Formats: sequence, C-alpha cells, structure tokens
Amino acid sequence: MSLPATAQSALDAFAACPGWEQRARLLMQWGDQLAPLTDAERCEANRVTGCESQVWLLAEHADGHWQFRASSDARLLRGLLALLLARVNGLTRAEMAHLDLPAWFSQLGLARHLSPSRSNGLQAVLARMQLLESADQGAGAPTIS
Amino acid sequence: MGIAALNPSYGLDCLHMPIHSPWRTDFPGILALAAEGQTYLDSAATAQKPQAMLDALLGYYAGGAANVHRAQHLPGERATRAFEATRAKAARWLNAPAAEQLIFTRSATEAFNLLAYGLEQRFQPGDEIVISALEHHANLLPWQQLALRRQLKLVVLPLDHSGLINLDQAAQLITPRTRLLAISQLSNVLGSWQPLAPLLTLARAQGALSVVDGAQGVVHGRPDVQALDCDFYVCSSHKLYGPDGVGLLYGRNDALQQLAPWQFGGEMLLHTDYASATFRPAPLGFEAGTPPIAAVIALGAAIDYLGSLDASAVSAHEATLHAELLSGLQQRRGVRVLGSPNVALASFVVEGVHHADLAHLLSEQGIAVRAGHHCAMPLLQGLGLSGAVRVSLGVYNDGDDLQRFFNALDQALELLQ
Repeated sequence: MSLPATAQSALDAFAACPGWEQRARLLMQWGDQLAPLTDAERCEANRVTGCESQVWLLAEHADGHWQFRASSDARLLRGLLALLLARVNGLTRAEMAHLDLPAWFSQLGLARHLSPSRSNGLQAVLARMQLLESADQGAGAPTIS
Repeated sequence: MGIAALNPSYGLDCLHMPIHSPWRTDFPGILALAAEGQTYLDSAATAQKPQAMLDALLGYYAGGAANVHRAQHLPGERATRAFEATRAKAARWLNAPAAEQLIFTRSATEAFNLLAYGLEQRFQPGDEIVISALEHHANLLPWQQLALRRQLKLVVLPLDHSGLINLDQAAQLITPRTRLLAISQLSNVLGSWQPLAPLLTLARAQGALSVVDGAQGVVHGRPDVQALDCDFYVCSSHKLYGPDGVGLLYGRNDALQQLAPWQFGGEMLLHTDYASATFRPAPLGFEAGTPPIAAVIALGAAIDYLGSLDASAVSAHEATLHAELLSGLQQRRGVRVLGSPNVALASFVVEGVHHADLAHLLSEQGIAVRAGHHCAMPLLQGLGLSGAVRVSLGVYNDGDDLQRFFNALDQALELLQ
C-alpha cells in the first residue's frame, strides 16, 4: 500500500531532520497546520481520556473513506496528531484495519512517543481511533462524530 | 556569599561555585544514567540506590534464599534474623519505641489501604475523615472509598496561598465528628513541610486518630514519630534509597490494637480450623503471606548506609542544591514556582507554555523530570492548572545536574516561547 501524499512528504521532511531541535520545530510546524476544531467540537464526548494533555478526536466515515480530525492544547502533541492524520485520512476501512500505526511513528523516528510510560496521549489516541473504527463496523453506521 | 544569601537575584549561578556531591559515586545508578546522557532529577518519584543496598540484595539471593518466620533450618533462621534486624533499624530510624510497632507492607499505598480497611469497622455513618487539599492519591483514595463504603464525610482542609494547610480553617473543620486525620508531612508537589504539630494537636483534642504520610518527608529529615505523637506514620523504602516493594507502617501500640486484620493467609494467624481462626497481633498479624524478604533485608542496608553519612552535611548539601534550583527558576522569565518549597523539589509552570510541551523538549535533551499532575489531581485542579513540571533532588545530585537542567530549560523555552 503506497503512502498518502501528505504522509510521504512528512516522511521526507522528518528523514532529513536528525537533531532534536529541528525535529521539534518541524513537529510544531505540522501542528500549526492542523485544522482547528470549533468550541462545540472540543466537547467532553470527543475528548480522549487517559491523556495528561487535552485531546479531542472526531471521526467520519463517508463514501467508504475515513476522515479524522483532532486537536490538543499541547503544541507538540498537535504535531504528532497532524502526522497521525496525514497517515490515516482517506483510507478505506480495509486499509485502516491493516495499518500498523506504531510502525508509522517508528519510520518518522518518533516511536518513543508511543512508549507505554508516556502519558502524552498518542497511545490513548490510537486506542480511541480503534474504538471509533470498531464502533463504526459494529453499528454499520456511516458517520460517527 | 553574604550577598548571595541576602539577595536572590545574585543567584549562586553568578558565583560559579561548583556544588559537589561526595556521595554521588556511591550510587551506580546515577552514574550509569549520566553515562547514558540522562540527568536524573526525579528522585521524589523514586531514588537511585547505593551500592551497599545492591550488595545486600544480591547477597541474600546469592548466599541462599529462605523463607522467614517458618523454618527451623539454618538458612531460614539467618533470613529471619536479617529480616527482623531491618525492622529494628527502621524503628530506630523513625525513633519508634519498639520494633514490633513497625509493619512491613508492599508499598506506602498498601499501608494506607491497610489502615482504611483495618479501621473500617470503627467508623459509623456520619463520622468524618479529614485530609488536606494537597494529599497524594495514595492518601486520598483509600479514605474517599472508605467514606463511600461507610457513608462517612470526607472533609478536605484548604491551603493558604503559600501552600500550607490553613490552620485557622483546620481549627474550624476538625470537630468532635472527626474520627481520623490523614495528612502529608511534606508535599510531593509543593515541597513544603506542613504544620503537623498544631494539626495533630487539633486531632488529639477531638479524640481522632492521626495518620501522617511521610513518603516524602522521611527522605529529607529524620522523622521522630514519638515527638510527632501521631498514631500512624507511613513511608516507603524506594524513595529512601532502598528497594521497591516495601512500605513501612508505624503505629502507636493502642492505635495498632484498633486495627482489624485485612489480608488473610500464611503466618498471620495463631490458630485456625476449617471454620474459624484467631490472629496474631501486630506486626505479623498484618504481614500475611511471604513478605518481600530480599527487599526488606536490603532496606536495612540502605538505612545503614544513610546512617553512616554525616547528617548535617547531607542536609546542607540538599539545602544548597535546593536554593540553586529555586534561584535558577526565579531568574527565568515567565516561570512560576508552585507554593513555597522548603526542600527537595520544586514544581513550576511557565506562562504561555504547556507543561507537556516543556516535558517533551526536556526529555528530548536527556533531562529526567516529572510532568503532569503528580498523583495529586485535585490539588492541581485547585490551583487552576492542568499540570506542572517537577524537579526533585537526591543526595547524589550536584550543581552540574542543575546546570544541565537549566541549559535544557532555556533551549526548550527558546523554542516554545
């Protein structure tokens, strides 16, 4: 399965970025590009629990393709979310089911942010994403948000 | 030095006086982490261990393990002797009148749960349990859940603006309905010694039991449980440079007699048939099952090690490091230290910067500090914060550790501010 175009550009950018400082800047730039959520969307129902930072995740499954939106009050986490969305948005249900997201973050050199000792929330976001996926399959509903 | 002491704006930074820890090389863990490029400033979470403690841990296993309090054979006798020797050492460390007044638990958290379950039958609906707003979850949740089980009221003592339990309000809130007061000696977030003596006096005047959470306090000053005159004192081994898996519960004799057994099993009984049993008094009646034998023996070695140090030199070193930490934080724009820390640690937030972002960039630079709510969620909520970064110190930290932290902090803030 070939990478979505934005994912490929993320991979290129992070591969060319060895130092922690440049990586942090890049992460913040990606975070700044994340489409903002409305106040109404930043509600309790959309909040991902289990993160030390506030994180919101919304999912839509329309025309056979996933479209996630997310945000956080922490900047670097917004960057990680942007990289996550770059990889998953537009995928079909089947593609999503076979996707190895930890491997994606390893490719980017960001695997450490998925370690179980970290409470930054990326781990919880992935778990929530899976929950939204399985709820979608279980209910057969076209839209969950 | 006079100027530096009087005026915090002349921080120790300006004097470039190296702060050296003569004990650093006794701790292989801190050296190993340093060799890996990690600056360990999270000792309030758990401390690095002295070589003497590691030797005792290995020595017990390598010399032949045996269970305690059971067998007549020589290895069992030797293990029991070493195990009970730690009880005596810990009792002396806390100035408890007798070793039998110390119960080994598996953690400080377990000691609080032992108290909450062991005292449960003593409470009637409507009775009040008083804690403070700065309690660690370990000294909050066992009481909160006990209150829910028995329809008790959990009363929370508020803090004043310097982060101390407000004594005027405490005098109003500790009443004849108060059956138990459970408070921290040294806050794990604010680093401030709490006014225990007047609070314990208020509790005693109402005939309430008192529980002191010494998990942080025991590390930064020799507690004296007789002088404190509390009914129970709780602390853990792993913050006191000992192994994890061991907690200590001291109780006054009359207070211990109020505890009902809570975990049942081997060695805690006097006699049993299939239908009923009678139980041992403290301490063994509260140590069901095989205890963490190696860890208890190694805790004895950690206490011996600590006892061999010059206590006033240790206190002076900790005070110098802490002063440097505070002055360095205060010199930085936008940094706000929580409360008025006396010792051991400082928690802070930076205006306009999310603590998670700061923690992220500090860990990228090999700085091991804690970020988040520090197991005191209601306290942080009360301060209007979602979290904070905490720097905490051990005897092995030195001025270079702090300098590396401040350099990393400056780099992180340059990116984030």
